[in-house]
Amino acid sequence: MQLTVEFGGGLELLCNSVKIHNINIETPKGAQQLAMRDLLVWVQNNLIKERPEMFIKGDTVRPGVLVLVNDCDWELSGQLDTTLEEKDVVVFISTLHGG
Amino acid sequence: MDSGGADAARILSEIKGLKATKSDIEAKISALEAQLKDLNCRNDAVSSNGSCPLATSLDSGLGHGLSPEMIHRYSRQLLLPSFGVQAQSNLLKSSILVVGAGGLGSPALLYLAACGVGRLGIVDNDEVELNNMHRQIIHTEAYIGRLKVESAAAACRAINSTVQIVEHKEALRTSNALEILSKYDVVVDATDNAPGRYMISDCCVVLGKPLVSGAALGLEGQLSVYNYNGGPCYRCLFPTPPPTTACQRCSDSGVLGVVPGIIGCLQALEAIKIASAVGEPLVGRMLLFDALSGRIRIVKIRGRSLHCEVCGENATFTRQQFQEFDYEKFTQSPLSASAPPKLNLLSGDSRISSKDYNERLKNGEVHILVDVRPEHHFRIVSLPNSLNIPLSTLEKRLAEISSALREAEGQRDASLYVICRRGNDSQRAVNYLHDIGFTSAKDIIGGLESWARDVDPSFPTY
Repeated sequence: MQLTVEFGGGLELLCNSVKIHNINIETPKGAQQLAMRDLLVWVQNNLIKERPEMFIKGDTVRPGVLVLVNDCDWELSGQLDTTLEEKDVVVFISTLHGG
Repeated sequence: MDSGGADAARILSEIKGLKATKSDIEAKISALEAQLKDLNCRNDAVSSNGSCPLATSLDSGLGHGLSPEMIHRYSRQLLLPSFGVQAQSNLLKSSILVVGAGGLGSPALLYLAACGVGRLGIVDNDEVELNNMHRQIIHTEAYIGRLKVESAAAACRAINSTVQIVEHKEALRTSNALEILSKYDVVVDATDNAPGRYMISDCCVVLGKPLVSGAALGLEGQLSVYNYNGGPCYRCLFPTPPPTTACQRCSDSGVLGVVPGIIGCLQALEAIKIASAVGEPLVGRMLLFDALSGRIRIVKIRGRSLHCEVCGENATFTRQQFQEFDYEKFTQSPLSASAPPKLNLLSGDSRISSKDYNERLKNGEVHILVDVRPEHHFRIVSLPNSLNIPLSTLEKRLAEISSALREAEGQRDASLYVICRRGNDSQRAVNYLHDIGFTSAKDIIGGLESWARDVDPSFPTY
């Protein structure tokens, strides 16, 4: 499945400062669909190059990270259970506090 | 040549003094002008309608409360069919509070003053610094060293003397926030730190005030409107504070001046929309701005959370709880972003002051100086003969330190010193170096900032 994964708000620093990643990911064996739960594991293993604790806490993203699936807060689509489809765009963005 | 230099210094100092006096006088003039307008207004309100600036105290007989001068001043806004005289009239009767007169607050305040908000409040307790000027465009050089509130108020009065400007020369705290915020219709969060954002949002929930929240760092910005029209509050979105390591400051990570400028302008726009009751405020949506790629994305965010501890269905967050809540403890970070934390990781014999280091340097001590700042910091300025190994790469580049020590020492023991910008990362580095066997490593206390302060005042600081 082709997906676009984007990082912002400083999270890109965890992946060699690359913001946009076009990825190809397999649906897990035995599963019908790819869920955000699976993508998080894949991202952690394949895209995050340093300080994984700045991205993940427990089995989800750390506090202060907004997750957007096709420009929509993943809270509205079931968080970790959100299922993904071909060409979906997933954005991980760290909230900013500066001014 | 020497006397020429002294002359130049004297002239410069005289110019500086005169500029400060000039800006003092200008501030006094604009405050007096505002007072005069106020007085005239009260007198006129009794006798005739005159050119009274305050919408609340006049009736021009036209039904909307705008004086002839106001009609002229705001004519280009009155001409907008979707804004018009009704929205302007609403705006003139409204009050907006801007918390923070920095990178976001500067353009927000300028536009809010210009557009004709009735009463405009400014909260800040910082002073204007030279390294603010590239983004905090409301302040001028003459105000360096003076309170940002005074500087911003003078600039607002200079643009529009008919707006009532209220100066709150204090840091916003739980002890004064309820009282200050309660006097305004709309609150603009233009602060620069995480505890402040939670505190302002909670206070807005307690008081039922709409909150226009903006943030900017580096080359990115974010904007949303909280606690309005059934939308979420800041805590609905971020119930748990982020780790302190995720809260970067402009003074560490940098910020391109125009980026907070853009977000601050958008904050003014959202505040104007709410105060004048036009358009669709950015509720339940968030604007994400990426300056480098030239992208603006507006995303849909969650609505008000039923389980929110502050605004949720069963929440009972009272004024008293607010006043007793420790936001610095909650977020593990200080309410003032301008004071960087000072670590103390090492024992005294593993540290050396910049003055002592300078003495050893002058005595010709054989040593290696490792500068652990990121490479782009090192390129701004560095001490001669220092070896740049950023802290993040230290583990991988130990061999370089070993070989430099071997080269330097010959038969004698060479010392190993570590420096950074402020003296925190150098301690982390020395801690690590000790652990893996470089037991003689010492950090230079206070880093390059102390070098500039105590040894070489001409050394640039940033």
